[in-house]
Amino acid sequence: MRRRSIVRDIWCQLTMLAIVGNVCAADWRQFRGNDADGVLKGAAGPRSFEHQPWSAELPGRGLSGPIVVRDRVFVTAASGYEQDRLHVLCFDNAGGEPLWERQFWATGRTQCHPKMSVATPTPASDGQRVFAFYSSNDLACLDLDGNLLWYRGIGHDYPNASNSVGMASSPLVVGNTLIVQVESDAEAFALGLDVETGLARWKIDRPRRANWTSPSLIERAGGEGPLVLLQSSAGVSAVEPGSGREVWKYTEGAATIPSGVAKGQQLYVPSHGLTALRHIPGSESPELLWREQRLGPATASPLVVGEQVYVINSAGVLNAGRLSDGELVWRLRIEGSYSASPIAVGDLLYAVNEAGVAKIVRLGESEGEILDEHEFGQTVLATPALAGGALYIRGESHLWKVGGGTKALNVAP
Amino acid sequence: MYGIDFSQRMIIAAVLFASTTLAMVQASAPLAEQLRAIRSIGPEGRGGVEAGRAARELAQADPAALPEILAAFEDAGPLAVNYLRSAVETIADRAKKAQRPLPVGELEQFVGDRSNHPRARRLAYELLEDTDPPRAEKLLADMVDDPSAELRREAVQQRIDRAKELDEQAKAADGSKREQLLAKAEATWREAFAGAVDDDQVKEIVKPLERRGHKIDLQEHFGFIADWQIIGPFDNREKAGFQAAYPPEKEFDPEASYDGQLGRVAWQPVSTADPYGILDIAKELENYKGSCMYLTAEVVSPRQRDVQIRLGTPNAWKLWVNGEPVFGREEYHRGMKIDQYKVPAMLKAGSNRLLFKICQNEQKEDWAQRYQFQLRVTDEAGAAIDTAETPGPAAKSE
Repeated sequence: MRRRSIVRDIWCQLTMLAIVGNVCAADWRQFRGNDADGVLKGAAGPRSFEHQPWSAELPGRGLSGPIVVRDRVFVTAASGYEQDRLHVLCFDNAGGEPLWERQFWATGRTQCHPKMSVATPTPASDGQRVFAFYSSNDLACLDLDGNLLWYRGIGHDYPNASNSVGMASSPLVVGNTLIVQVESDAEAFALGLDVETGLARWKIDRPRRANWTSPSLIERAGGEGPLVLLQSSAGVSAVEPGSGREVWKYTEGAATIPSGVAKGQQLYVPSHGLTALRHIPGSESPELLWREQRLGPATASPLVVGEQVYVINSAGVLNAGRLSDGELVWRLRIEGSYSASPIAVGDLLYAVNEAGVAKIVRLGESEGEILDEHEFGQTVLATPALAGGALYIRGESHLWKVGGGTKALNVAP
Repeated sequence: MYGIDFSQRMIIAAVLFASTTLAMVQASAPLAEQLRAIRSIGPEGRGGVEAGRAARELAQADPAALPEILAAFEDAGPLAVNYLRSAVETIADRAKKAQRPLPVGELEQFVGDRSNHPRARRLAYELLEDTDPPRAEKLLADMVDDPSAELRREAVQQRIDRAKELDEQAKAADGSKREQLLAKAEATWREAFAGAVDDDQVKEIVKPLERRGHKIDLQEHFGFIADWQIIGPFDNREKAGFQAAYPPEKEFDPEASYDGQLGRVAWQPVSTADPYGILDIAKELENYKGSCMYLTAEVVSPRQRDVQIRLGTPNAWKLWVNGEPVFGREEYHRGMKIDQYKVPAMLKAGSNRLLFKICQNEQKEDWAQRYQFQLRVTDEAGAAIDTAETPGPAAKSE
């Protein structure tokens, strides 16, 4: 009897784990997805733009991408003459109905370039909380039902940590630490915040130069958990997420707009074109694997799928390079300027240009093929999201869901 | 009445009164405690969890508590204001879903009282607008000079829209009716101009007024300081001059001269006729690469007051008010815009001395050659402060 009860308990727990596992796999919790690499794992994506279950009107501009947590889609926006009204919006994933909205007044500077927005950083989530971060360095932590848990005015605490053309770095959640990179000409630092309290576990000085890149992740040898990559014009610093301790650094300079991407223990960083690095345990600097000028990205961040790395250059060409040696394998004209980073699932790559023209590209070993194209009719600068078989695109004034769900609906807030 | 005599009714009434009072005291005590927790939030996120918990508890309050929560904005810092806002929004959302009424009368009264916190008034206005839009819109009529920047902007926009309507109607009218409509439109444009503090609205208003022959002084309207004393250049090669405290930082002596970067330097007058008060050092003097200049001006305030010093510059800068440093920023060539920086400061009654340090670096790119700034002194809503009033006794004694 007792044995049966234990077996039943274990079975229940395993079932629960499987459910949670499935839920997590279906989420897209931060900028460039759960692993900050732009790839959705273990799922499929739409092969055409034909099925658009819902779209929703947004109350303000934003370059922040949507995130998907369980059955909800979250997006941020900024409105008002000075963009000092900060919005966090939550939509029902199935039908697109607005579930709640919270607004805050910016406590830091809201100055930014007309193309940018105060709502440029993509929000992040640990599955229980949403962290909405803005160019003003305001950081609101809410539960999934919109209840405010804590609020940080990082721009209020550090009024010189701002940039007159706007800040863009998206926060990153690693375990129970939220990493924010706040870097400008006048003041620069990175913070590791306790997700439960918003208090700093660590704060480290960073190169005092304007920087719009976002932190990303790389695996560490020996299964010790991932390291956080902090990129800047000085290079790349790999730090422990819990302590901010620097484990290794690359000092040969790097881009300040597109962020690097890692696969396993190798990093592909926009630096002198594109540079491939691998960290040797015990060493303070990584090994240079290759460097290829022709693989230098423009604004959008690179993406690794399978054994190839993909970058979009300033001429609107998608370049595929071999991971092993950086050899340019194929090129495909996808036209336009790209601010949104490409994302992928399986062998499908999704790219949306600034004019709002989206393309689905099938990635092959020797060539790429455009499967479908769609004009969304408005500027798109935000990196899209992929979750549960659907693609989420955020434009100047609307959020669209493509594929996935079944309900057709147009929703105004 | 139902077989209960007078004394029994009195006892029941007394019990009801006592229990209601007790309930109110019990309800207001936690409310006060929650407000205290929210207002106690400190820097670096300290007290944030407690404030969040208090805001969530506060969010369970009845809509009747909204005016009291809005009133609590008064002593709250900008972070606490966001916690309070979150509680107010949650209460209002819940009431809306449950189709429970908001205390619209009290909210209307709250909005109308200009002594209340500008953001609390704005939030009360939004609740009112969501509940009873015509009632809210009516309030805007008196807000064209409102201390809340957001309410003021909407009130000005209401005037702009009305003036455009009147101009359109005048186009379709003849004779005296046309004249009446044009006169009414002109008066409305002028009212809008008097209240406008945001540059986009000012630009929109100026055109129709200028077409009607009005001479607009934008410098005066925005409150830009046009007349300065300037001294320099001082050395800023390798950007070392930003941190260096040259003599003008230590004293203001209009007759003094000092060793500068290129020889002896002395204070000299400089002014700008630019409508937006832009003083172009590269044009007026020279684009001294790797240099710092100091500028000073006097601002008269009839009373001690909080102000915002709003400035724009593509150069690094530092600012002092009456000898006290108020802010500085070492950023070069990231653009320039009106009100790019808003620095809170306090003016004393009478004469106040501003000292502004501006630094040029040694970048050679075409886009890194500007050496200029614009600066104005405003209230919190962005309106130029009135310096024309007679200075008070404190000023006279100085």
